Amino acid sequence: MRKEFRRWKSRVMVALLVVATVLAVAPLVLILGTLIVKGAGSIDLGFFTRLPVPAGESGGGVAHAIVGTLLIVGAGCLIGLPIGIGAGIFAAEWPGSIVAKTTRFIADVLNGTPSIVVGVFAWTWIVARQKHFSGLAGSAALAVIMIPMVMRTTEEMVKLVPHSLREAALALGYSRWRTSLGIVVRTCLPGIVTGSLLAVARVAGETAPLLFTALGSQYMSRDLQQPMAALPLVVFTYASGPYDDWHRLAWATALVLIIVVFVLSLAARIATRRRFDAPR
Amino acid sequence: MLLAEEVRPRIATAGMTAYYGPVPGVKNVSLAFAPNQVHALIGPSGCGKSTFLRSLNRLHEETPGARVTGLVSLDGEDVYGSRVDLRRLRRRVGMVFQKPTPFPTMSIYDNVAAGLRLDGRVPRAVLNHAVERALTVAALWAEVKDRLHTSATALSGGQQQRLCIARTIAPEPEVILLDEPTASLDPQGTQRIEELLFNLKERFTIIIVTHNMQQAARVSDTTSFFYLGELIETGVTRQIFTAPKETRTEAYITGRFG
Repeated sequence: MRKEFRRWKSRVMVALLVVATVLAVAPLVLILGTLIVKGAGSIDLGFFTRLPVPAGESGGGVAHAIVGTLLIVGAGCLIGLPIGIGAGIFAAEWPGSIVAKTTRFIADVLNGTPSIVVGVFAWTWIVARQKHFSGLAGSAALAVIMIPMVMRTTEEMVKLVPHSLREAALALGYSRWRTSLGIVVRTCLPGIVTGSLLAVARVAGETAPLLFTALGSQYMSRDLQQPMAALPLVVFTYASGPYDDWHRLAWATALVLIIVVFVLSLAARIATRRRFDAPR
Repeated sequence: MLLAEEVRPRIATAGMTAYYGPVPGVKNVSLAFAPNQVHALIGPSGCGKSTFLRSLNRLHEETPGARVTGLVSLDGEDVYGSRVDLRRLRRRVGMVFQKPTPFPTMSIYDNVAAGLRLDGRVPRAVLNHAVERALTVAALWAEVKDRLHTSATALSGGQQQRLCIARTIAPEPEVILLDEPTASLDPQGTQRIEELLFNLKERFTIIIVTHNMQQAARVSDTTSFFYLGELIETGVTRQIFTAPKETRTEAYITGRFG
């Protein structure tokens, strides 16, 4: 009897877990599915290589926004990743110091700050002073969002490296900084890369901070000092526009945004794969 | 301890005390270790034998709030002197830990070469020779020679520990400190490490911390018994195990406490 009861209990639990998993994955599948159904039809080679056409005409592409997103996010990474990773390593290596405690607290507060606030901040400090919108101001805003995320994940990853490894390096004659960078950070590098990728994926889709900074543009712009288009801004513009054609473009652009993030993640993962068996 | 007194000690302490903050982990220990012998440090958990060992290569001071007073000398030179180069000191006094600690991002080859590469670029031929030699001495060469450039973490626990020994001896230190090197190994792995110690002492001075008294009796020439941070007794291993002078030593080695 007891055995039978346990078996039933197990089945009920498994069923609950399956339901929970389905509920968790369903939105993801729905989003991807909708994007592909509504967006894939509008995507052809021209979509990646051409610029937008005036409203009313069909066709055109989002080449300017792909370039814009890559440039803005790329510059944001150049600003944000070194600071975030550096701060994370510092906080993990000197966990008790006042600087680390303060930084950690500020990072946690910043992590909970709505991104639109960061956008307004960047507008006040960069756009209003320079008296013009620019891609670089957008990069700065995205960097501010990335720094606390990257810092906290880096810190956690560094702390996961066993203390014995650090001692082994020190006992071998490694200096402290070489132990930190050459052994500890190198050991948890895949984790730091994953954390950075999550941050990149997150900011690549940010719209609010870019509205105040990069502004958006109808033209191809490769100058970070000028207003720039970005994929989320294009989605925002097209989706809130009055034309059916624009709505289709918005779906397609959203799909491209997801593809860009996916390709970036994949590339970074391949680049940081552990390579032991590679011939040297 | 006739032998040890006749020969000039390789490494010695005089009135050495090691603190954790205000608390001394090891109190006023004076010990001398003769070259080319295996010296065992025994005692119950928390008796300070590991702290003592870690004070010899100045690893103790890497713990926040830790410090050492008294004298530690290597070939008559003050280890805690203000002009001592830590890297050179640790190159002369190598250490192997309880848990095998191969660097996970490095291949077997790179692990063994890690200590040698600290001094800048070494010609490939010299490096190859040193790596093969260290792995041979550590009795691991035959098992890994065909996969030197594969991950070090794919090795078994016993192999990993021998790899760590190879990594430690590759820069040719004078002293090797072993902190319970067989505690995480199976009996077979333990036996291989113990056999290794016999060969190693021809070239190195070995100090080994162990919880296993049979091990101390098997492998060491001299034994020192620590209790509650103090050195209780030191002497030739056979004398310590057959005719200890202190009652506490006798009580510990016969298993009445600890």
